[in-house]
Amino acid sequence: MPVNYLMPEYEVYRNPARCIACRACERQCANEVHHYDADLKAMVADDAKCVNCHRCVSLCPTRALKIVKSDHTFRENANWTGEAITEIYKQAATGGVLLSAMGNPKAFPIYWDKLLINASQVTNPPIDPLREPMETRTFLGKKSDTIRRDAQGNILCQGEPQLELKVPIMFSAMSYGSISYNAHASLARAAQALGTYYNTGEGGLHQDFYQYGANTIVQVASGRFGVFSDYLNAGAAIEIKMGQGAKPGIGGHLPGAKIVGDISRTRMIPEGSDAISPAPHHDIYSIEDLRQLVFSLKEATHYQKPVFVKIAAVHNVAAIASGIARSGADVICIDGFRGGTGAAPTRIRDNVGIPIELALASVDTRLREEGIRDQVGLVVGGSIRNAADVVKAIALGADAVYIATSALIALGCHLCRSCQSGKCNWGIATQRPELVKRLNPDVGSQRLVNLVTAWKHEIEEIMGGMGINSIEALRGNRMMLRGIGLTDRELSILGIRHAGE
Amino acid sequence: MLTIQASSRGYRELNEAITAAQDQDILLEGVLGQRFLGAGLSEKSLTIHGIPGNALGAYLDGARIHVCGNAQDATGDTMNDGQIIIDGSCGDAAGYAMRGGRIYIRGNAGYRAGIHMKAYQEKLPVMVIGGRAGSFLGEYQAGGIIIVLGLGEEGVPVGNFCGTGMHGGRIYLRTASLPADLPSQVAARQAEPADLEAIAPILEDYGRHFGLAAQDLEGKPFYVLEPNTQNPYHQLYTPN
Ligand code: SF4
Ligand code: SF4
Repeated sequence: MPVNYLMPEYEVYRNPARCIACRACERQCANEVHHYDADLKAMVADDAKCVNCHRCVSLCPTRALKIVKSDHTFRENANWTGEAITEIYKQAATGGVLLSAMGNPKAFPIYWDKLLINASQVTNPPIDPLREPMETRTFLGKKSDTIRRDAQGNILCQGEPQLELKVPIMFSAMSYGSISYNAHASLARAAQALGTYYNTGEGGLHQDFYQYGANTIVQVASGRFGVFSDYLNAGAAIEIKMGQGAKPGIGGHLPGAKIVGDISRTRMIPEGSDAISPAPHHDIYSIEDLRQLVFSLKEATHYQKPVFVKIAAVHNVAAIASGIARSGADVICIDGFRGGTGAAPTRIRDNVGIPIELALASVDTRLREEGIRDQVGLVVGGSIRNAADVVKAIALGADAVYIATSALIALGCHLCRSCQSGKCNWGIATQRPELVKRLNPDVGSQRLVNLVTAWKHEIEEIMGGMGINSIEALRGNRMMLRGIGLTDRELSILGIRHAGE
Repeated sequence: MLTIQASSRGYRELNEAITAAQDQDILLEGVLGQRFLGAGLSEKSLTIHGIPGNALGAYLDGARIHVCGNAQDATGDTMNDGQIIIDGSCGDAAGYAMRGGRIYIRGNAGYRAGIHMKAYQEKLPVMVIGGRAGSFLGEYQAGGIIIVLGLGEEGVPVGNFCGTGMHGGRIYLRTASLPADLPSQVAARQAEPADLEAIAPILEDYGRHFGLAAQDLEGKPFYVLEPNTQNPYHQLYTPN
């Protein structure tokens, strides 16, 4: 047997005084860590298989379990960390490209945490959201710059199509295939209850979810899976996916083994056939080509629906966004480098793209300078973790935010970052029926509603503190932000002053 | 048949007129490069005089479009059902990601024809190109049938990188010799009687449209290109 260079990252600690050998952990762990040893008459665990998802810990009736980080260590080395060494072992053993899941976990600066929010004192007093009306509603789409009237002088209100959001938070694209039926059901129902939208991702729209069409954004990606007239017309908006924050410049590849049953039906490809989304759209090589896709979608849906274009936050994002604004798109979505994913090459996820905070600020600035900011809505995602992040994003210039990782965490995701295995013990990133059923969409949708409702209250409170009573008045209001511990360059890109200024 | 004078009207207006028309048969006269004609259309039959612009019949869902001349780029983008018949040649990216229906081109097709064509259940898209196709024919093809007849062509009737990334479907080339640079994901062999039988009804239908007889297709053999299952399109990944 060849020597195994890989040591378990975690240890499953079982308190023998508490364990009653009920074997619940064995049933719960799809990674097959636990089993009952009849000779020992005790539960045993294979630490090497554990991904630290806490499923067994949460379900153990006697609280006998905990997962601890192994203190087994290499010789201390600030350069050759255990991680760096282990990754080489993995590649030397397999010759494979390292594949990871969820967002970039590296210790890059988190600019949200270096932004501080203003509050009113004495003059321009704060507003109490419990007493005063607070407007969290916002509209996504092109805003007209002229007022048009009919012959009688009445204002003509019919402008470009808009999406009405009761709260400036939407659920971003996650395909059926990368996440489960029950996860999609939870997102769809929650979007409807909240008066916001979820996004199909590029895997098509399951027949059962057409009923949530009014709260659905349907995605069109390079593979065009499940894209046909009914699909385009089913949603409230259409999103063209050009890129994704977790893997800018990289396409998708759902292996044939995962294309079974409903997934195959929804993507409209045969069972067992690989679902390959090429990195580029092979019909888009320029802004003019993008414009053509935007307008072909508008034609096919009779100009009833706003068309979004989603890109990853990359170095040249401001110029790209300016092009998109001129392509006829109604909304630009920018996904930061911390955005999640079901699977992405590790090196891409961890090294490509830029933080959403900087991308957002530079895009908003650029569009304003060019006088075209009102021609598009701006939605940002890529690790919005709480209500304060939402407020900061809007103050930096976003119309609304997309959340996905936060939404999955609300559904029970423990960020074990092993979605690519398809064995999500929480019933989210899996298609195994016995795992999918662990996520009850009644409970899931309620938890999502709870989360967004709580954030809405917090947003109202923060806005009230600033003496602002509507999202519209917060948008792009960078005077409400100050930076802390940032360089002049960072402050100038963010377009904000330092705390104390 | 309803005749619509197209020359001075934009694509949006034309498509609205097509949708609003009571007639099932519509003749568009004097088309001058208007894009998106027939986008998403599920019924009716359009005859086009003049040159339609890009993205003709995008997302087409059952309608029939007959172009009595040439078409431009992105014909039948993401087409789901229906028929597009082009008496002349067409530009690049014809039939991108099409899932159903048929595109018949009497002349040549530009670059990137049939990229990411797919098939699903009863849906089997077909594209027949009478002359030659440019480079990147059938890249990432996942299903359906692409036929290149090479009529009037001396050499190989396709450009470079034919079938790169192919992982489903079939390409039939009527040619004396195969392209020299076929990628490793593609397995090519001379067509057997069963292969030819499978496309006989398609060729008959195609011939009917363009007045071709069976003997017009004699003289050169057909080759079949299929994904090479020995060498599937995937990169080896290591979970991390
Ligand atoms: S993988 Fe999850 S369920 Fe399995 S042992 Fe580890 S923490 Fe428990
Ligand atoms: S979705 Fe599931 S597999 Fe993915 S990180 Fe969350 S708990 Fe782990």
